[in-house]
Amino acid sequence: MGLPNASGDLSTEVEVDAFRRLFPLRFFEKHLLESIRPDARPLGRARDTTIALGAVASANGSALAKIGSTTMLAAIKMEVMAPSIETPDEGCIAIDFHMPPICSPIVRPGRPAEAAPVVAKQLSDTILSSGMINLKELSLVSGKAAWMAYLDIYCLDADGALFDAALLAAVAAFSHLEIPVVSLNDDGKIVLSEEQGLSDREPVNKEKRKVNLGSIPFSLTCILHKNYILADPTAEEESIMETSVTVVLDSSSQLLSLYKPGGAVLAYTSAIQDCIALTRQRVKELQKILEEAISGMEVD
Amino acid sequence: MEVDREDGRSQNQLRPLACSSNILHRAHGSASWSQGDTKVLAAVYGPKAGTKKNENPEKACIEVIWKPKTGQIGKLEKEYEMILKRTLQSICILTVNPNTTTSVIIQVVNDDGALLPSAINAACMALVDAGIPMRHLAVSICCCVARSGLVILDPTKLEEQNMKAFAYLVFPNSVHSVLPEGSLSVQGEPIENGIITSVTHGVMSVDDYFYCLEQGRAASTKLSDFLRRNLQQQSTDSSKAG
Repeated sequence: MGLPNASGDLSTEVEVDAFRRLFPLRFFEKHLLESIRPDARPLGRARDTTIALGAVASANGSALAKIGSTTMLAAIKMEVMAPSIETPDEGCIAIDFHMPPICSPIVRPGRPAEAAPVVAKQLSDTILSSGMINLKELSLVSGKAAWMAYLDIYCLDADGALFDAALLAAVAAFSHLEIPVVSLNDDGKIVLSEEQGLSDREPVNKEKRKVNLGSIPFSLTCILHKNYILADPTAEEESIMETSVTVVLDSSSQLLSLYKPGGAVLAYTSAIQDCIALTRQRVKELQKILEEAISGMEVD
Repeated sequence: MEVDREDGRSQNQLRPLACSSNILHRAHGSASWSQGDTKVLAAVYGPKAGTKKNENPEKACIEVIWKPKTGQIGKLEKEYEMILKRTLQSICILTVNPNTTTSVIIQVVNDDGALLPSAINAACMALVDAGIPMRHLAVSICCCVARSGLVILDPTKLEEQNMKAFAYLVFPNSVHSVLPEGSLSVQGEPIENGIITSVTHGVMSVDDYFYCLEQGRAASTKLSDFLRRNLQQQSTDSSKAG
């Protein structure tokens, strides 16, 4: 390793990988001056996104979403339960987000990730308040039986923008969801019917049906650093530049959430407007990707 | 368009604020903050030596513990802890005492709407009482958007549940400066217009959100004045006692 030159800058003496580890902020700032990021993306572009529906065969609906290296697996299992007394015509959705140790070196079995309950709660709030699923559609027999949908999202690789990938996986899983056929048997209980002719009564729902989705929420996380706005950060970028803003918009451009949890950089009106504009573009991209994935499944 | 609020407040009127500090004797700093019926107690212990495992040892670390009034600690409390921690980390000068941990404990005494903003205000006052070095204070407000599009400030719990959407906003406190006006502005806006933290719930339009920001900024100026008067009174009281 050479000695620092006259200005104390080791950049000409040290290998790129070593400089990246020793002086991460300076490494990134050198790239930002040229309006580019280390993985050659322009500042406002998100990473390549793919969605694969039906990843879990035993679940009623599932999807695997990847944004760059961040991978999320979402699966929905449906169960019949008695609806609550206050809402006899509505079903229920329970959302849980897990970060198993496979996703990141900082997560260990005895040390759960700090981010997991926070992302779980954010997802739950966003999906339930977006009106994507009308809970009345999940009702079977008013007051007696309704569907409970258990949505579990597993993070398989945590490389930044966890909430974006998790929301995308959840939305894709709901678009793949097929509600199974059930009928009432003699005891008045709801059972899964394999064939139409078995039960005495007519099936409660004739065929496996898809859920009607209302306006679908999509999100984009941006990082604010001095005057720069970086869309869709990787885990390395998130750990160095800590100020992040997550904007969730639905397909009719209503704001579902603008989440900025602290951070050294203050967000002024112009920065927020830029983040919202970047999110609008991203919503269009994600809508296209989701529609392609759904039509791909239907061809099969 | 007028909105009838149950307690007869106008759209932009805040509930009566009450704040007292140095109420707990074992804690290095403490404060109690109440907005109407919402009351929160905050205690600060620190700086203590050493940081936690994944934290940067070159900076001070802030740890937040949130205790609800009843019930077990769940995801909501963990989320509030994370938001509070990141907000306080952005206002404290972390390079002054490296490799130390400052613990902030929040105890909810009563929740009647705008709980997180009250907790942020209480935590800020407790940090001042403990003498932790800070860049500026964090002034926090809750804005609700009604179905008609009207924005009301500082809702009660009932109002929060009935409204279309609400937003918790945290701004830096307003600046009284001897420098000429405009020399402290960033991108053409004064420093106190920047948002430190924003958490929203429910569906609102983008214009509604910007309207909330405007109302929030106006209210944060009033809150900053309240804080300033409170802190000035306390410093004169303690100098008399000494």
